[in-house]
Parts: sequence; C-alpha cells; structure tokens
Amino acid sequence: MSRAGPARLLPMGARAVLVELDGLDEVLELAGALQAARPPGVVDLVPAARTVLVQIDLDRLTLAQARAWIEGVAAGPRSGVGGSGGAAAPARSHLIDVRYDGPDLAALAAALGMTSGELVERHTAAPWRVAFTGFAPGFGYLVSPAWPFDVPRLRAPRTAVPAGSLGLAAEFSGVYPRQTPGGWQLIGTAATRVFDPLAAEPALLAPGDLVRFRAAGA
Amino acid sequence: MIGPAILVEAPGLLATVQDRGRPGRAAQGIAPSGALDRGALALANRLLGNTRDAAALEITMGGFSAVLLPSGGPARGGGQPGVAPREADEPREPRGLWIALTGARGDAEIDGRGFGPNQAVLWPFGTRLRIGMAVAGSRFCLGVRGGVDAPIVAGSRSSDVLAGLGRPPLAPGDALAIAAEVAGPIPAAEPVPWGVTRALLEVALAPGPRADWFAPSASAALFGEPWLVSNDANRVGMRLLGPALQRVREGELPSEGMVVGAVQVPPSGLPTVLLADGPVTGGYPVIAVVAAASLDLLAQARPGERLVFRRALP
Repeated sequence: MSRAGPARLLPMGARAVLVELDGLDEVLELAGALQAARPPGVVDLVPAARTVLVQIDLDRLTLAQARAWIEGVAAGPRSGVGGSGGAAAPARSHLIDVRYDGPDLAALAAALGMTSGELVERHTAAPWRVAFTGFAPGFGYLVSPAWPFDVPRLRAPRTAVPAGSLGLAAEFSGVYPRQTPGGWQLIGTAATRVFDPLAAEPALLAPGDLVRFRAAGA
Repeated sequence: MIGPAILVEAPGLLATVQDRGRPGRAAQGIAPSGALDRGALALANRLLGNTRDAAALEITMGGFSAVLLPSGGPARGGGQPGVAPREADEPREPRGLWIALTGARGDAEIDGRGFGPNQAVLWPFGTRLRIGMAVAGSRFCLGVRGGVDAPIVAGSRSSDVLAGLGRPPLAPGDALAIAAEVAGPIPAAEPVPWGVTRALLEVALAPGPRADWFAPSASAALFGEPWLVSNDANRVGMRLLGPALQRVREGELPSEGMVVGAVQVPPSGLPTVLLADGPVTGGYPVIAVVAAASLDLLAQARPGERLVFRRALP
C-alpha cells in the first residue's frame, strides 16, 4: 500500500550499490523487502540510518542486474512502514533477560519525568526491532514504535563499558557485545550474550530481528 | 600440542594469521578481514598444495624469526615432505615443514641459508627461520603446508585487529599449530613471475557515493597529484598525504555501509583508504572506491611510497 519514497541509487565502486532513502522507516521497509527477495549473488545487505548497502559477487550478478533488482523492489508495493508482516520471511525473535541495574537508570528516569520502575516497564513492554548493526561486531541498534524518547549521549563517554551493558542513546537501545569505550546511558545488564566468537553464528542480532527485553531479578 | 609447532621468537612490527576472511557478514557488524594481499595468499597455498581456505601468516615489514619444533605425536597435514616431487627419496618420517614465502621481497633464511620467494621450501625441524626487512612491498605472506591453525571465528581463522576477532597478533613465545587444509600433493615447481618494483604505484578508482560532496578541484587533485602513503597505515586503513580535498558540503553523514577500498575523506581533506579490517559503517563521505584489482597492489604500498590514482575502466 505504501512506497518507500524515492530510492536514490549511488555508486560504491564496481561491486556495490548504496541506496539512499529519506529516513530509518524507509530503510527498514526496503531492507526487509530486499532481504525477502534476495537473489544469489548478493553478498551483503547492510542497512544503516538512511542507506542500504548492497554488495554483490560479480561472478553471479552484474552491477546492472543488481540495480534493476533494487529499483524493482523499491518501486513495488509493500505492507507498510517498518512492516513486520507482509510477504517478507518471518523475522527471528529474541528474548533478552536484563537486570535493570545500570548506573544511569535513576538519573535518566528522572530526566524523562518518571520513576525507574516506570522506565523499566516502558522498556520491557516495547516491541524492539534491530534496525541495523555497527560500532562493534554484534552490536544492534534497536528501535521501537513504543519508545518515543530521545536520550542524549553522555557528555564524557566511559572509557570501559562492561560487556552485556544495556544502553540507550537517541531513539536506540543496544547491548554492548564486549567491553569497549562508550557514551550510551546504561540502564541494565543483559544475561543473554549477544556475541559469542566461537559460535557458528557469533552475532545474535541481525537487521530485521525482533527483540523483547524481560526484567530478571536483580 | 600434537604435530609440529612454530615457536615465534620475534613477530616483527605486526604478524597475524590470515585466510580468505569472513565476507558477507557486514550486516552483523563483522568486517571481511582476511589477507590484504589476496594474490600472495592464493599463490602460497597453491605452491604448497593447500586448499584455498588454508591460513598463512601476514608479516608486516619483516623482522620475523621463529623456530620449528618437531611433532610431539602423529604429524598432520604439515609434515609430509615425501609427497613433494622434488624430494622423491624423502624418508617416510617428516623432517620438517614445507613453507612458501610470497608477497613482499626481502632476505629470508633458514639457519643462515638463504632461500627465494614463490617456491615450496622445506623448513627442517629444530632450525630457525628469519625474514629480514622488506626491501620491496610491505607484507610478506608465509604459507605453510596444511595452513596455520587458529580458532575459527565466524567461518575464518583471520585476525581482525580492529574488532579483536580471531587469534590476537603474534607475540614472542607464541606457538602455532599446523592445520590440515591440504588439497593434494605439493605441485611440481611452476614458474612464478617475480613482481617488478615500480617507482610509482598506479591504483584504479571507481566512483564513490559522495563524490558530489567535493569541489571539482578535489577530483582534479585526486587524479592529478601523486599521493604519499603516510605512517598511519595498517590493516584498518591507509591515510594518504597530498593536497587537501576541498568539500562543497560540510558536516558528517549518518553512518552508512562501507566497503573495502572505500576512500573516505574526513574534514582534514586527507583521504583514508579503508582496508580489510576497516569499520563496516562510517560517517565520512566516500569520494571513490579502489578497484578490487588494485587492492593487492595497495596492500603492498609502503609508508613514504608514492602512488597515483587513475580512473577504473567501467
């Protein structure tokens, strides 16, 4: 019923196309539609805040074929903004247990005009979706239609955020896969590992995946 | 440890385990990594009768030394010199490990006896391998029969120095086991052309997505001026020194997907070419992308060396 709006195809060397869109909702929609109709020869589909990068294997797909495929999918009808239904393959879903004990929880809740308990309720009630990944292997940027807040980053980033920390920044939630520096406001600690280097698929989260958080006993 | 082991005495500037990397995982935030000079890796594996997935050591600028320790148990893929056609009367028991040195050029010796590049060479047990400083190119590829073993992370033994995946860079005292990535016997010696050292590296560039962020003078400078490889060059990226590329749009982009070879231009105007361990997304505009055919050449560029860009054929 809706279109993703104009998709601008930009060159990214001889083996990739960068598709630029108006915003994250359009990115989620187009990335989902591309993923659902992905031909062999597409090596990588990398959504970001306003773009989808499509990398191809030139032995199996030409750049012209890839562009025609992207333009066809972008022009086609789809189920709606950020649609999780429609013809797309069913999204994977994950339940992540969290101890909501982060050092920034109380101050952030106060800044948002609620109690810590209310913030935890809103966060666990919201259905989250992995918009894109980045920053570190396994780090997913999660968005939710039920999370309208715009959380500022810390003015001075921490030099060491422990692995498993659940942080908030802008419209996003994210779980740190390993200890890194970081400027997100920390509200808890996930019991579920989001990155296991020795697993066959080390990263738990992929773009399009659905995520719910569940408060575990402190 | 079963099988022979390579005991590292000096890794040099940076020595890592690399194979063909982990392509196709950028959507999970995982870089492709893998040998920067992919042709050198493929050649080493072919010379040794390895599979294409065997891992080798990528040794930056040389200064490497290691001792080969004999097998503590049954030999694995590494110690089967009897299969080499040039050593037909080889005894059954392995007496060393077949190796091949490709990529950069420099003096290499085993217990003081020099050996040449681009050929299978037997490294006897108990002897010391030394690789001197590179005199041409910057990255040696040391292949071993069967491949170097290391934990397989996301389908690859490669070390990703930015994300910290795979075996960390080698340190003195490290012991490396040998894997069993053997495809067949060591092939009869084939002629391998030696690379010719050029005074000026020529690197092909394909169009990038944000070329319109730059003034016409930037494109003229990119293709018209020689660029100097700075000391700020590693597996993540290579900063180039030359005229600052003038922008017509300021600010940063929201992060967007990157590819190996992307020429990012930060506000300084000095371009950085992203390499195999580079970030999978980035916020600096990409003016152009190094053609895949030029990436191996670029991987061998040395700090202080000059290169010129030309337009890739469409």
